[in-house]
Amino acid sequence: MHVPDGFLNVGTSLATGAASAGTVAVALRQTSARVRDAQVPLAGLAAAFVFAAQMVNFPVAAGTTGHLLGGALVAILLGPSLGLVVVTVVVVVQALVFADGGLTAIGTNVLNMAIVTSLGGWAVFRFVRRLLPATARAVVVATWIAAFASVLLSSMAFSLEWLFGATAPVAFDTVFVAMVGVHALIGVAEAVISALTVQAVLAVRPDLVHGADGVRHPGARGRRSPRPLVIGGLAIAMLLAAGLAQVAADAPDGLERVAIDLGFADAAEGHALGSSVFASYATAGVDDPGLSLALAGISGTALTMAVGGGLVLALRGRRRDEVATATQGPIDVIESRVG
Amino acid sequence: MNGPLAIEASGLVFRYPDGHRALTGVDLAIRAGERVALLGPNGAGKTTLARHLNGLLLPESGSVLVGGVPLGPATLGEVRRRVGLVFQETEDQLFMPTVVEDVAFGPANLGLRGAELEARVLAALTSVGAADLAARAPHHLSGGERRRIALATVLAMQPDVLVLDEPTSNLDPAGRRELATVLLGLDVAQLVITHDLPFALELCDRAVVMADGAVVATGRVVDVLSDADLLARTRLELPLGFDPAVGFARRPVRH
Amino acid sequence: MGAGHSHTLYVHEHTRLHHLVPEVKIAGALGFAVVMAVTPRTALPVAAVELAIVASLARSARLRPRFVLSRLSVIVPFLLMAMLVPFVAGGAQVDVAGVSLSREGLWGAWNIASKATLGGLTSIVLAGTTEVPDLLRGLERLRVPAVLTTIAMFMVRYLEVVGGEVGRTRTAMTARGYDPRWLWQVRPLAAASGALFIRSYERGERVHQAMLSRGWDGRLPDLGHPTATTAQWRLASLPALTALLALLTWRLA
Repeated sequence: MHVPDGFLNVGTSLATGAASAGTVAVALRQTSARVRDAQVPLAGLAAAFVFAAQMVNFPVAAGTTGHLLGGALVAILLGPSLGLVVVTVVVVVQALVFADGGLTAIGTNVLNMAIVTSLGGWAVFRFVRRLLPATARAVVVATWIAAFASVLLSSMAFSLEWLFGATAPVAFDTVFVAMVGVHALIGVAEAVISALTVQAVLAVRPDLVHGADGVRHPGARGRRSPRPLVIGGLAIAMLLAAGLAQVAADAPDGLERVAIDLGFADAAEGHALGSSVFASYATAGVDDPGLSLALAGISGTALTMAVGGGLVLALRGRRRDEVATATQGPIDVIESRVG
Repeated sequence: MNGPLAIEASGLVFRYPDGHRALTGVDLAIRAGERVALLGPNGAGKTTLARHLNGLLLPESGSVLVGGVPLGPATLGEVRRRVGLVFQETEDQLFMPTVVEDVAFGPANLGLRGAELEARVLAALTSVGAADLAARAPHHLSGGERRRIALATVLAMQPDVLVLDEPTSNLDPAGRRELATVLLGLDVAQLVITHDLPFALELCDRAVVMADGAVVATGRVVDVLSDADLLARTRLELPLGFDPAVGFARRPVRH
Repeated sequence: MGAGHSHTLYVHEHTRLHHLVPEVKIAGALGFAVVMAVTPRTALPVAAVELAIVASLARSARLRPRFVLSRLSVIVPFLLMAMLVPFVAGGAQVDVAGVSLSREGLWGAWNIASKATLGGLTSIVLAGTTEVPDLLRGLERLRVPAVLTTIAMFMVRYLEVVGGEVGRTRTAMTARGYDPRWLWQVRPLAAASGALFIRSYERGERVHQAMLSRGWDGRLPDLGHPTATTAQWRLASLPALTALLALLTWRLA
């Protein structure tokens, strides 16, 4: 969702804005001028594709429909840096040209919908692919998991922003469980659609799937129905949501222990620290700051690992990309000689 | 018609990265101000040849001289100024938000600015009869209008040679007529790739026929179109009842 | 993540706002939005002033109320969310028409709803008076990297083309009896999505070749559009400054 103006407080808006600007700047600077210029019209078309795809009504259940977010999908198809830039442009254009999302919230929206989804999705994708054999089917499965994770990560980021920057006294853990729980279901749709789209592209032009390098049998077509995948995914998602709620209700102490063990809270000052660090609106009226601490800690860790990992992978992967494009089609041959 | 050679291609060989051999030794000569039709079945290599003439592709072997300038990595800019390529798909060629910006794109890349640029743009639009479309957005134009604007974007660079790839595709008869009138009024050498044989007869003096990556025949358009054997071999077909000799005699007066 | 509108907001008129250079409008709108966002939620008079400012701008730009309200519909999900807040929020409770609501929650709901509305109106006035190419040029003049604005330019140029392809594909599928209700029936749509991506990608390559063939060397030329004058900057900063003045007055009162 495109966050409007004034939804988060000033500090959080500024912080997310700075983080977004910085990340995009790094992604841009690391792409060499030659490769970038050739990709500009491509990126524009990809952005048009993302925007158009986001408008399509995908059926979810009994006639209700959902929409694609697309961050992980684009990262897997175009690579993390280019994917990040493409979805960033989509979000910025949506705010400025279509008044979708507040002007002062552009940084937040770019962070949640472009950066977290594409970099986080890419990191999960690469991680899963490393665990699986180098086949086309593995790429599709990895896409499924990465897209699902990207939606979860995005909702976690939103919840964390609410923790630090809430403008209404709704408890962080309420928002967290609601947002992440709902998005766990939305994530299944994103996962299925992204995976099937990548599968379709792999079947016709495997060279266009950036994440499919090293695949031994490109173009393998899956003949089985995605129904088991969908039902399985829904089951996992519901387990996740239920488990989260259950854990939140039953074992706050256990989570607090985890938080302490992970170093998020001092053993001696657990509660006190919790209530001072999180003495914002978002925890006012919450009985258990320890729970908030735990949820915040875990999701903060997950986000840092995923997005940070994605960024590192993106930066390390660009040199490989440059070499690859220099040996491709005739146009690039010309360009590499012209310089 | 005698005169200096606008384009001289010799022994062009080109193979795509996927292995497909598109050109197997092509020779082509176009004189200044001449209008040549490039005919042949799909897959003969016509579009591949066109892309060589504009420097979008570099040959594996063979050479291309554009107004005496040899095509090479160092001369791409010069070649692209001298040879204007009008693509088959206009949607891809009109990529700026407005017509004016699209027409200005080429000359601006050549260094023109300010009043000089504006004058060049206006002249190009006027020469294709589209000065009134200046402020419009390309995707709101009709097929015929887009074709003429695409032509203007290339004319604005004042090329010596125009290469047109299937210029009459998707045009209604009126649009086709407008295009023919515009092309006949231009003082530029033209290479017209087309399946529209009557159009070729009306517009061009000479025809070059390609098949399987090589030139298989050249000659006057009327002679080529009257050669039934050649047409059959190269999968070309005249419209029902069309007599090349009659069409040739009925051509509009040329400059 | 939701489906927004696919038509740009620009309304073709010839007003002072329309003729302002884009970079001053963007900066002015952003400045106003910032002041609006930091306005305390209890400063009701200031919010009223801000609403008056935006409404008068919309009026002078000849944007019709029905148009503005219809485009404002993108904030509806957040208005709904705001409505829930007084029910789920903690803190001191207040009795409203027999229902017990959180007092802080009511203020919070007002905060979200009012700022979403004001911000939405600001964006609509900006987008309604500035054509997309000008918006992008304005961004470039405000130091946004040219790579991003160029990508955005191509995106907007080909939105209708790609959107049109989506529409045609969808029609063709429906015409052959495809009526999916459940997620596992989504395969043909996803396959069409994949095909659309491939076509878009290949079109991107063709556009690149068309640019090369017209001598493109990687940089889009600056075609000498009018630049901002001090008078324009001053005019564009009026909304933000007026709001700021109102805010300070309220603060000090």
